[in-house]
Amino acid sequence: MIDVIGTLKRGGRGLIAHIDFPLLLITLTIMAVGLATVHSATFDGNHRLLAQAGNMGVAMVIMWFVARLPPHKLMGFAIPLYVVGLLLLIAVFMFGIKVNGAKRWLSLGFTRIQPSEIMKIAMPLMLAWYFHKYEATLRARHFMVAALLLLVPFALIAKQPDLGTALLVGGAGFFVIFFAGLPWKIIVGLIAAAGAAAPLLWGMMHDYQRKRFLTLIDPTTDPLGAGYHIIQSTIAIGSGGPFGKGYLNGTQTHLEFIPEKHTDFIFAVYSEEWGLLGNAVLLFLYTLLIGRGMMIAAAAPTVFTHLLAGAITLGFFTYAFINMGMVSGILPVVGVPLPLMSYGGTALVTLFLGIGILMSIHTHGGRVNK
Amino acid sequence: MGDFHNSESDIDRFRFRLGFATLLVLLAFGLLLGRFVWLQVVQHDFYRTRAEDNRIALIPIVPNRGVITDRNGVILARNYSAFTLEITPAQVDDLETTVDALAEVIDIQPKDRKRFKRLMDEAKNFESIPIRTRLSDAEVAQFAAQRYRFPGVEVKARLFRQYPLGTVGSHALGYIGRITDHDLKWIEEEEKQANYKGTDHIGKNGLEQHYEFELHGETGYEEVEIDSGGRAVRSLKRIPPVSGNNLQLTLDARLQEITEQAFGDRKGALVAIDPTTGGILALVSNPTYDPNLFVDGITPDNWKELNEHPSKPMVNRAINGAYPPGSTFKPFMALAALEMGKRTPNQTISDPGYFNFGNHQFRDDKKGGHGSVDMYKSIVQSCDTYYYMLANDMGIDNIARFMGSIGLGQRTGVDLGKDDSSESKGVLPSQEWKKQRFKKPEQQKWYAGETISIGIGQGYNAYTPIQLAQATAVVANNGVMFRPHLVNQIIDAKTGEKRPVEPQPLRDLKLKQQNIDVIRRAMVGVIKEGTGTRAFAGAPYEAAGKTGTAQVYSLKGADYKAGGVKKELRDHALFIAYAPADKPRIALAVLVENGGFGAQSAAPIARMVLDYYLLGKLPAGAASEDAAAVEDDGEE
Repeated sequence: MIDVIGTLKRGGRGLIAHIDFPLLLITLTIMAVGLATVHSATFDGNHRLLAQAGNMGVAMVIMWFVARLPPHKLMGFAIPLYVVGLLLLIAVFMFGIKVNGAKRWLSLGFTRIQPSEIMKIAMPLMLAWYFHKYEATLRARHFMVAALLLLVPFALIAKQPDLGTALLVGGAGFFVIFFAGLPWKIIVGLIAAAGAAAPLLWGMMHDYQRKRFLTLIDPTTDPLGAGYHIIQSTIAIGSGGPFGKGYLNGTQTHLEFIPEKHTDFIFAVYSEEWGLLGNAVLLFLYTLLIGRGMMIAAAAPTVFTHLLAGAITLGFFTYAFINMGMVSGILPVVGVPLPLMSYGGTALVTLFLGIGILMSIHTHGGRVNK
Repeated sequence: MGDFHNSESDIDRFRFRLGFATLLVLLAFGLLLGRFVWLQVVQHDFYRTRAEDNRIALIPIVPNRGVITDRNGVILARNYSAFTLEITPAQVDDLETTVDALAEVIDIQPKDRKRFKRLMDEAKNFESIPIRTRLSDAEVAQFAAQRYRFPGVEVKARLFRQYPLGTVGSHALGYIGRITDHDLKWIEEEEKQANYKGTDHIGKNGLEQHYEFELHGETGYEEVEIDSGGRAVRSLKRIPPVSGNNLQLTLDARLQEITEQAFGDRKGALVAIDPTTGGILALVSNPTYDPNLFVDGITPDNWKELNEHPSKPMVNRAINGAYPPGSTFKPFMALAALEMGKRTPNQTISDPGYFNFGNHQFRDDKKGGHGSVDMYKSIVQSCDTYYYMLANDMGIDNIARFMGSIGLGQRTGVDLGKDDSSESKGVLPSQEWKKQRFKKPEQQKWYAGETISIGIGQGYNAYTPIQLAQATAVVANNGVMFRPHLVNQIIDAKTGEKRPVEPQPLRDLKLKQQNIDVIRRAMVGVIKEGTGTRAFAGAPYEAAGKTGTAQVYSLKGADYKAGGVKKELRDHALFIAYAPADKPRIALAVLVENGGFGAQSAAPIARMVLDYYLLGKLPAGAASEDAAAVEDDGEE
């Protein structure tokens, strides 16, 4: 519909040609809330506000760039990205450096990278490509292959151990398979099998994961150890009350009771200062974000694009739900940042890659048909 | 597996699943919202309270300990503020490494490490322990710059006790030290736990211990917001502490110092009392020690030296040393005889130089005897035979009854130490005492022969110097007895209100004035024409006194055995005195361990004390030469 060369020639309008404004507006709103909360969380000395704003700027440039790539170009990245990601994960498994008892990082000499982050995008991209390719001849074995493509990186990440990222990667992959038409009886069967395998899983869990699970059920058993995070963040949320303590007035935050308050536990900071009202607003904003993603997915013209858009959108949901669930004490603490709110460049870049892909899918709609 | 490739139905199925997923998303968010309502509305009050508890801490503010001054306002104990470097062992993983690393930043000597170890052994759980005290400002700054490297280590501003006169009066003042488990029990018994939160020092003996709860003050509190690391962030409310009450003593610091100097290297004790009030003017136990050593926690080396030194500087001889009174016992024996009607003043005996009892001969000091001896002469010339006979006539239980009434062999109740038990009772021999003292039946019986030497202050007799001083004061004050005390008044630090330690008489012994006058005249005679003449030559006031010499080898049943009794068999020298003779303002007892004759080594010290107290100057001439000579003598 829109001539790319033409729009570029028309200057300014061309620069914003592939921006989806509803999505951008929602994203910017959540990000503004996030920046304000990072400011509050790091109020006493740790001036991370500017750094986070810088991260956002970089991430938005990446978003802008990705949004301009037509989906068929994105498809071209599927295999290379997945293969590189998988190789790096194997490298981590073999030569990774240990930080805090977990082997997640790969040293490149000048910097460290966390290959599992790549998989957050590479996984849905790869599977969406795969289902797109075999769309016409889809057989049960294709689901088996897809499951294998999903499980190998999942296992490698879970082994690091990094349960949070493993869940996000596994979730993104599963959503693709789900949208691709995984039969209901298999889904139900999987859920049943998972229930049956729970004791087996327990045996495979690392001690710290078991501890997290147990303290989730009763955080008071370890109030100064593993339960501390949950106890303090639920106190923060609960003491916030219906309307919150007011911006910059969260005592739990400013007296440093909340651990990792500007990263994984930023929701506790927000919730303490803005209360139930603020939480409802935030949930509404995420619902809008996901809703917009769902609309884009529904309108996506190809198997590849609708699977990818659906999986990315549900990915946002997984991030938000797991994070808020763990901070408010209904899910185990697994180390998942709150999308667009938590401080940290890597997660932000991954998120904006996803948003950029959504925008690309939406704004290139008619042009990429098979 | 059904139809996987119908494009149209694929799209429919995808959209259906999209809708299904959206429903799941809404359900999940609804679940979160429910959780938020539960936490923020239903349980809001509970969590609000938890948050309040979380952020508010009560930090005790230790009050200033009361200041101790002498009767003239000379400061004997005060406080100063200094920075200490403290380690909380519970917060440090590897103490050794931490201390080594600290030593690179701050000067830490081996003795600091030793003291730290010692304190750690005694410490309560979770408290911080000083590794260095009295940091200079530069040291504080040096540490502050490196603080991040040392979790569990901090600089604290603390109040320290200081005894400006050092060793002077240390046995009266006592000292403070860090609170041990033993002290904690005491605090619990007194139900003072709340007031001792934050306090880490407590009186260990002497006045510091006796008046602990006056001196301590009331602990204040600061309500502060703290972060989870326990660091205070902001002060919310401050309830200031109330400083401890100040003590103004009856003690005269200068007199105390001069007396201690008069003892020189000799071991011994002196207690001087104002007989009209019971106020103690000087309380000396020599050798002394420096109480400042204890304030920061004494180093093991210092502790060992003080504790194991043969002259036992830590023993307060004035209240814990029990010595036979020797001839200083005689005036009290004479007074007892008059009161009981066993003798009249003019009744004379003939002294052949010995007294035979059964087949044992008790010898007098003077060969050939004193001839015809009345009561006056018996005291002035210190005639033993007179008192051998008198003791025999009176019997042990009569002696014990009277001596007990003037305070001998009884705790005086002086305001030193935690309670009565910090003072020794001494030994007041009686039939009952012997029965309880010994286990074997043949030892429990009192033999009449044992009474004889009691009469001259030997035998089982053993009294503390403060008891002798008190008995002397009773005579000087015509039988009205006061509790000896060191604190004149307690001054409220806040209101300035003065609470006198009332000079209430313990009891009036209701002695006949004419009997007392006989004794007092005789004691004046001792100074004028008897054994104390040389020491008091040229004194411009009239003094009364009595010399005494106690045989060390016959020391039995005493609580305290003087260091070196076995090596050093020289007698203990004693002297009791009061002055001015007509209207006594000071009464005292002096004991010089192994000092030989009382007239020679103890009386000159008494002279110095009386001169200084009554005249404000030290004696010139013979007396002081004597004191110096004996001092040299004592060093052998």
